[in-house]
Amino acid sequence: MILGNMTCAMTKINIFCPQKCLVSIFGHIKECRWIRTNSRQLTEITEYDSPITDEYKRGPADGRPLYLDAQATTPMDPRVLDKMMPYFTSYHGNPHSRTHMYGWESEAAVEQARNQVADLIGADPKEIIFTSGATECNNIAVKGVARFYKIKKKHIVTTQTEHKCVLDSCRALQAEGFDVTYLPVQSNGLIDLNQLEEAIRADTSLVSIMTVNNEIGVKQPIEEIGAICRRRKTFFHTDAAQAVGKIPMDVNKMNIDLMSISGHKLYGPKGIGALYVRRRPRVRVEPIQSGGGQERGMRSGTVPTPLAVGLGAACELAKYEMEYDSKYISDLANHLIDKITSNLAHVVRNGDAVAWYPGCVNLSFGCVEGESLLMALKDVALSSGSACTSASLEPSYVLRAIGASEDLAHSSIRFGIGRFTTFNEIDYTAERTIQHVKRLREMSPLWEMVEDGIDLKTIKWTQH
Amino acid sequence: MACTRETILSLYRNLIRESKKWSAYNYRMYALRKIRHEFQQNKLLTDPTKIEECYRQGHEALEMIIRQVTIGNLYGTGPLVIEKQKTNVQ
Repeated sequence: MILGNMTCAMTKINIFCPQKCLVSIFGHIKECRWIRTNSRQLTEITEYDSPITDEYKRGPADGRPLYLDAQATTPMDPRVLDKMMPYFTSYHGNPHSRTHMYGWESEAAVEQARNQVADLIGADPKEIIFTSGATECNNIAVKGVARFYKIKKKHIVTTQTEHKCVLDSCRALQAEGFDVTYLPVQSNGLIDLNQLEEAIRADTSLVSIMTVNNEIGVKQPIEEIGAICRRRKTFFHTDAAQAVGKIPMDVNKMNIDLMSISGHKLYGPKGIGALYVRRRPRVRVEPIQSGGGQERGMRSGTVPTPLAVGLGAACELAKYEMEYDSKYISDLANHLIDKITSNLAHVVRNGDAVAWYPGCVNLSFGCVEGESLLMALKDVALSSGSACTSASLEPSYVLRAIGASEDLAHSSIRFGIGRFTTFNEIDYTAERTIQHVKRLREMSPLWEMVEDGIDLKTIKWTQH
Repeated sequence: MACTRETILSLYRNLIRESKKWSAYNYRMYALRKIRHEFQQNKLLTDPTKIEECYRQGHEALEMIIRQVTIGNLYGTGPLVIEKQKTNVQ
């Protein structure tokens, strides 16, 4: 287009005023360029516009969906944000700066946060390492311990239902020549303590078992596992991202040597976590990240003051609110389960009925495809499993590990209940779930067969 | 500072009034529920120092709520599904 303009201008000028042609051509070129750069700037501006468009702000016409995915992340408590704001606005110092006031005030805030985290889990503040989140904690704990003790001990024990970051760390260690035992779980999702005892060998350096499962909410017998590990002289790491702040945790009573904590699962900010590393008896880890040697050399890198303050405030609040929250959440969970199971047949609750964190309700609806139910329940934010794997249609490996059959694993939905969930939301969700499960079942030929009393497992499907 | 029945009741009313201004449904409902719960829990307190302490905490909470309501409403979103439903019913 610009070329066209130029030639056009040239011909015109050549005809009417050949002497001045060079000067005015430059003028025209300049003009053209000005228009072009201007239009480019405009497109750049629209490209980098806020991702929260007006459409998002207004939300769908019938209202924004309810949030029932507290296992993926929790909304930040306003009281936490209130504590963080000053460190976002006024106190911007680097907590590791020792030469001026900006550093000191930030350091004081970080140390107070460390105290608050330690206080919640019964640890010493010196045993808390700030990291970027539970994934990093798990990586430091599993890889760090294994690599540090690799000369004498080359065996790690974990379970099949761990979070992906533990399993993947173990996979990486296997490639380095370590030996990993993946313990199976029983049909209720709990591990067999005798099996654990048998799996621990003389050269086992670490046992890593999560406290509360992120998909089915079962609570492993951490105290017993801790006792076994202490007796067999191996280190015990637990991924307590879903547990800290929701159920009482005490690292000394439970003999935990390393524990992962995540900020955004306990109403704190995203992007921060904390790793508990026992000092007596001392647990040594090989750091993954090299750098300035912050956080006792285990995790180099500047501690983000506002986030650390947020995590500390969230932990302090969690300690204070735990009793009230857990009673409230279990009331809601019981209402949800009662309402759904009393109105629908063939609903299976995944996970143990007693050793269970009520904020995570995992239900399988027979003859209903989980993903289609999620699509139907578009006004409730739900998930069929962990957020990390929610992009794929594969059935959850956790449900497969507890022995759920393929069809039930495909038909599961996880309801996550948190501090800010209301009774009306639960009631609405239950109603909608019942309505849509009934609707989907009416369409399903399998459901007709089940209603006729045919056991689906006995059918021999000829073609695939 | 003396905490009389009047000052405490006025604190309660202020807390409720400010919390109702929250545009975010979940925070608003939590604040209302929690304020009522806390006052219920502590209504039988007799120790004056404890009452004083609770009153001070209540005042801090009030200031926090006022700040957070302002921040929250700056970035407010559309209403949730169940809020819309309620308005339709009315």
